[in-house]
Amino acid sequence: MNPGRPQANSNPFEPLLRVSGLGKQYVQLRPFSRQKIVVNAFQDVSLAISRGKTLALVGESGTGKSSLARCIALLERPSTGEIELAGRNLLALNAKQLFPMRREVQLIFQDPSSALNPRLTACEIIAEPLLIQREGTKSQRRARALQLLEQVGLDPAWERKTPLEFSGGQRQRLAIARALALGPRLLILDEALSNLDAANQALILKLLADLQAAHSLSFLHISHDLRLVSEFVDDVVVMYQGRIVEAKSTRKLFASPEHSYTKELLASVRSVESILLERSA
Amino acid sequence: MEVLLRVTDLSVSYRGAASSQHHAVENVSFEIAAGEVLGLMGESGCGKTSIALALLGLLSQDQVQVSGSIQFRGNELLSKDQSSLRAIRGTGISLVFQEPELALSPGMKIRDQVAEVIHAHNDWKWERCRTEAELALVRVGLANSPRIFSAYPHQLSGGQRQRVVLAQALACNPALLIADEPAASLDARSQSELLALLHELQREWRISILLISHAPEVQASLADRLMVMANGRIVEQGPFEQLYRNPSHGCTRAMLRASAPTGVAENLDFEMVT
Repeated sequence: MNPGRPQANSNPFEPLLRVSGLGKQYVQLRPFSRQKIVVNAFQDVSLAISRGKTLALVGESGTGKSSLARCIALLERPSTGEIELAGRNLLALNAKQLFPMRREVQLIFQDPSSALNPRLTACEIIAEPLLIQREGTKSQRRARALQLLEQVGLDPAWERKTPLEFSGGQRQRLAIARALALGPRLLILDEALSNLDAANQALILKLLADLQAAHSLSFLHISHDLRLVSEFVDDVVVMYQGRIVEAKSTRKLFASPEHSYTKELLASVRSVESILLERSA
Repeated sequence: MEVLLRVTDLSVSYRGAASSQHHAVENVSFEIAAGEVLGLMGESGCGKTSIALALLGLLSQDQVQVSGSIQFRGNELLSKDQSSLRAIRGTGISLVFQEPELALSPGMKIRDQVAEVIHAHNDWKWERCRTEAELALVRVGLANSPRIFSAYPHQLSGGQRQRVVLAQALACNPALLIADEPAASLDARSQSELLALLHELQREWRISILLISHAPEVQASLADRLMVMANGRIVEQGPFEQLYRNPSHGCTRAMLRASAPTGVAENLDFEMVT
């Protein structure tokens, strides 16, 4: 793909991402007593994602899912454990060595309105990661941005529009285009669909599935909504109170949930049909 | 049935830079009967929240042009000045937003935040407002304990905070509640609890609700009638079950059916993007 790209690990059978024993503690100081308060966001998390596969991470709000996402993307440093991406131990690298690795993992957030700079145009937003990684000339970057706009189903003629001029679903497409700009191998979707209406959720899911097939991307799909996960996800990890309580294939999880929280989650997935039936009774 | 709110030909347009006009809502007409739940669905950016804000007169006059007619209990709201609107907000029509974090003050105990709303609409002593506030908090299912009453918002869970916002909105017994994505920021469990609570309160107090939500399951559990919007216009409205079973517009079909548990993306014949 790119000449400057780190070419570590060529074994295609090894998982792309392997996380073992990962934990994150936040330490707060009480304002006057200076007493330390330690909050464990999550502890002892181990998981692996293969190339071209999707792993879903579900759990209730406040259970540490987003902290985990930020740690895997190394926006924050985890307190314990190891992160191995394409065979390289990320936590052993210094900031300079890490810089080229950052292109491999990209995040897509829940609220595209706050994730996109309202003063930049669509084209500038998508080209910004390329600019940061000092890739190509200005016109090459623009050409790549236009190509990406088209790839995510937006009209390249809209390159000069700002995020506010796009609808919610279109903004999320813009965020996806930006995430794809550097040709990552892993996309972390942190509740990326939960702000969208059902029609847009389905369209974005389809777009993501197409992109995955075309570029053999791996996804870590974080959500509190099991219904979104039931489609196109290979394996599911259930997190509860900062720990992984269940991990299995999607089919198995839906067929035979073990942990009480998983059972509760599954019970909360109700179709419109069953709700209407209950209301008419 | 008695009509509580009648909206006729409502249009909202925002004045942009270089005197351009953006029409967020165009010629929207609908009615809400007393005790009825009207669902409003549509893609984000289609004008749902603009309608909610227009109903309460919360859009600033210098930047936004609102035309048409909004009649609440037979009174025209659009011609009213801010001080008479203030008397209607809270006691006649009230609003619950999606993000309870933004709607609550972080530095004030929740009982006082609810009491403040009551105080603004009644000539009662502060002590009485606080007692009433406690009743309002219990009514929305929060535990009757001093620990809860004197908690700060950050000490509560997301579901509890949304209940506090609901207590504020219902404290002065409004006839109409506008709920703008009330459950969207909550996880599955708190979401179903909140919906059950809204259903119970609505039955018990005969409140009308304008329920704005993009989730078909949320609409299915509360809405009597449904209104679907696209690009600032209403494309279809009718009883919920009728729209669900026989949608006549592609947009309605996509909004309601797309989250059906099987075969999602394949049978979408309506492209919303371009």
